[in-house]
Amino acid sequence: MKYLVLIYGNPMSRGIWERLTEEQRAAGLQAYTELTESLAASGELIVTEALADPSAGKRVTVQDGKAMTTDGPFAEVKEHLAGFYLVDCDSVERAVEVASRVPEAEFGMVEVRPVLSLSDLGSL
Amino acid sequence: MTTAEIEGLLRDLAPQVLGTLVRRHGGFDTCEDAVQEALLAAAVQWPRDGVPANPRGWLVTVASRRLIELFRSEAARRRREETVAVQEPPDPDPAPAVDDTLTLLMLCCHPSLTQVSQVALTLRAVGGLTTAEIARALLVPEATVAQRISRAKQRIKADGAEFRLPPDAERAERVAAVLRVLYLIFNEGYTASSGAALQRVELSTEAIRLARQLHERLPDDGEVTGLLALMLLTDARRPARTRPDGGLVPLAEQDRGLWDTAAIAEGIALVTGALASTAIGPYQLQAAIAAVHDEATRAGDTDWQQILTLYDLLAGIAPGPMITLNRVVAYAMVHGPRAGLDRLAEAEDDPALAGHYRLAAVRAHLLDLAGDRAAARQQYALAARRTLSLPERRYLESRA
Repeated sequence: MKYLVLIYGNPMSRGIWERLTEEQRAAGLQAYTELTESLAASGELIVTEALADPSAGKRVTVQDGKAMTTDGPFAEVKEHLAGFYLVDCDSVERAVEVASRVPEAEFGMVEVRPVLSLSDLGSL
Repeated sequence: MTTAEIEGLLRDLAPQVLGTLVRRHGGFDTCEDAVQEALLAAAVQWPRDGVPANPRGWLVTVASRRLIELFRSEAARRRREETVAVQEPPDPDPAPAVDDTLTLLMLCCHPSLTQVSQVALTLRAVGGLTTAEIARALLVPEATVAQRISRAKQRIKADGAEFRLPPDAERAERVAAVLRVLYLIFNEGYTASSGAALQRVELSTEAIRLARQLHERLPDDGEVTGLLALMLLTDARRPARTRPDGGLVPLAEQDRGLWDTAAIAEGIALVTGALASTAIGPYQLQAAIAAVHDEATRAGDTDWQQILTLYDLLAGIAPGPMITLNRVVAYAMVHGPRAGLDRLAEAEDDPALAGHYRLAAVRAHLLDLAGDRAAARQQYALAARRTLSLPERRYLESRA
């Protein structure tokens, strides 16, 4: 089963990150490196990316077949997606274990979502 | 021979060649790499130059040469100055094979491996698929599959798992693990609606091929026979199971004229034989249930009483939440939808079922049958939100 581990950020988590000492930040980044390496080694990692700050984002609207963009950040959005891991593992328990190793999990900013399968068996 | 025939031949030979190499030289992990390379070489050369007179011998020779190169470079890496006695090139025309497919299957489904690794390793070492083909079939990147296979091989090496059949005391458990992996591969299969599907190995077909090989080695194992029958009887409905747009067609609405009658006949013969002559087991019972469905030329002719009896037996020997639910459906078909809904309310006490999409889907179906369309739609919508399968979600949404 594939699961998407979503890592969110908000002004609070950003503030915490900015107040960390150099060593603490290094330790946080090290935790990510270790998690990524261990998931690659176990053959569970499909892809992981960290996203640029929401201020670099653009919102796209198509009107009359024409695409228009609005530049971020978007004030009404309290939380933003900061990065993700797409993993393929044996169980949701295992996916939760993966998510619990993301440093942001300490602040409750990590979510596990199952990916819909294309299998049409085991149904009906 | 056509390219497709050559591919089929190569994949049938793959486990035999691998078995020969491992017995001669030891080192499952390196042998597996060598065989994979020999298969790739054959896939290029044979369509161009013709199939050699002794295809199996050709593969063994090429794989052995490659293996020696691998041993050499490994040894060279380890200690360049040391003179290494390299093994002699093997006899190019090997003695008739001891059959290694069973041993290989059990090694690939070794209990120390994760399930995703068991699947990948089985498809490659026994199925003879390339890493790229496995990746396409499982819809994951090639690097992910390569890593799974290499990790699994390291694990087998570290565990000291040997290339021989497990002792009799462990045999049943190890066969059960193989059956689980084959069933998992079968269920990974799906009917893709896009043209890209032509490039994919169909995992359901591959699982049937592997189950057939296992059945040839263990013809008296009723559960092996049962699983093969279950796969054939389920796969027989594939042409009727999806609409051209990829939408699901439920069993009751399928055009039964599209069903594969040869597969049904084979499945029925297999399960009938197993039930009559071997100890009864869950795969045989599920196959028997599939057979009862397949025997009905019209949905209305389905012998639901017999299906209910089979579910009662199944619930007795292998109880589980999905068995409970399916039994409720059979109960409703015999005793009426309202009686089924009462049973469903009882089933909901099982914590594994409370909140499960299948419970909502069954409730929706029974409410529909009972004529309560409004409540049914609500339950279909609930089930659609909770399912983890995309085709199923589309189907459930269409009913809501």
